[in-house]
Amino acid sequence: MIPDLILFFGLALVVVVSAVGLLLSRNAVYAALNLLINFTAIAVFYLLLEAPFLAMIQITVYNGAIMVLFLFVIMLLGAERLAPGPAMPYQRPLSILLGVILLFEAAYAMFFRSKLGVSPTPVPAGFGSPEAIGQTLFSSYLLPFEVISILLLAAMVGAIVLTMKTRRRG
Amino acid sequence: MDAGMWIELIVKVIVLIAALLVGFAYLTYTERKLLARFQNRYGPNRAGPFGLLQPMADGLKLIFKEELIPEQADKLIFILAPILTVVPAWIVLAVIPLGSIDLFGRTINLSLAGDLNVGILYIMAVTSISVYGIVLAGWSSNNKYAMLGGIRSSAQMISYELALGLAFVGPVMMASSLSLARIVEAQSQLMWFAVLQPIGFLIFLVAALAEINRAPFDMPEAEQELTAGYHVEYSGMKFAMFMLTEYTKMIVVSVIAATLYLGGFHMPFITDRWPWMGPFMLLAKVFVLLFVIIWLRATLPRVRYDQLMQLGWKILLPIAFLNVCVTAGVMYLLGMIA
Repeated sequence: MIPDLILFFGLALVVVVSAVGLLLSRNAVYAALNLLINFTAIAVFYLLLEAPFLAMIQITVYNGAIMVLFLFVIMLLGAERLAPGPAMPYQRPLSILLGVILLFEAAYAMFFRSKLGVSPTPVPAGFGSPEAIGQTLFSSYLLPFEVISILLLAAMVGAIVLTMKTRRRG
Repeated sequence: MDAGMWIELIVKVIVLIAALLVGFAYLTYTERKLLARFQNRYGPNRAGPFGLLQPMADGLKLIFKEELIPEQADKLIFILAPILTVVPAWIVLAVIPLGSIDLFGRTINLSLAGDLNVGILYIMAVTSISVYGIVLAGWSSNNKYAMLGGIRSSAQMISYELALGLAFVGPVMMASSLSLARIVEAQSQLMWFAVLQPIGFLIFLVAALAEINRAPFDMPEAEQELTAGYHVEYSGMKFAMFMLTEYTKMIVVSVIAATLYLGGFHMPFITDRWPWMGPFMLLAKVFVLLFVIIWLRATLPRVRYDQLMQLGWKILLPIAFLNVCVTAGVMYLLGMIA
């Protein structure tokens, strides 16, 4: 119990600090690296919640694919450094207002609506294992799965067609 | 978690890291010696008998070299990048099964992480993050050659990761498990997957060579075009860390290939009788694979960058897809899957 708590709060600290670092860093590469730390810490959270499959997929997809492309674009565009000062002057007061509203709502939901004293239902054996996820994905969620595949394929073909056109013109 | 488990874990970690460090040092020696033999030379033969102390001499030289950090470099990331390349290469091997032995009245699983049921996914996750060190090294040096080398190598690694991932699928389907221990077990019951999945094995070897940037796919370090690629600004121990990663990756890739396709630690008749021989059997298979990798470097010229991309996307990837489909079809016909 105690090691679990230490792990949880350590990770929570990493997640929050990296998220704040992402928002505050003026250099886009540092922001991307902060986001990377954030994703990794969340993957470890999944491990603690007995979902190793999800944890590994989180690292492979977010850290290994999406963030590599982000870094690529940042570096190729040479857009690492932000100009000093806020870009939109109304942004900061608006974000503070929205953040405060969200905080109050979260506190209300947590303290008045949810039953904090009740212990969570135990995880059934084999929950979140690759077999279980595969079974659900290819039986009950088969149609959404196929629709998403076709959508992604269309997006890929579309990207290729768009870049081909510009090349022919040039 | 009793005290015995902690001691067991710490001992295993120390042994694994020591093995990788010694393996790195003597792999550089083996490579230089073998390359020299292929080219009808002697190779290193002055430091110690047969030049056996050459890796120590190299290490000492690198420690006493001056460490330069370019004026315009991003200092934090410049220092962080070599560390980020070393870590993934080291932590991959945690899931490799090595069998189990009885010692001090307890059964000890020689593998570091035990039998992880997502072992293959762990390997894929770690290989997918190994590109960061190289990209960041190229970017933080603030040097055009380094930047080009970094971008080239990351494009190469992303392209070949797909074929590599599909080469993992064959053994996973045959063993119907993502656990490496189960894959080794399935091979001990059937036969080596290199025999049953020859195309998968070949795809794995080619994609793995590209993934670790070895000849003939060593584009990121094409000396003639890029001086030295992403690590051109590095010197001293930071440079040594890039070399360490490169050779460690060679070992790691060979270990994974041996585990997935060559029966892993299992050897008929030998490991059944003496379980402690497991790691040594794996080592023997790994040595054969390393010899092949060095042999290829001595034999093949470097491919051009567009050829490399063509090979990856237009040849390897379709064949890998086809291999997966054919494997599934044959397994269905044979009644191995419902």
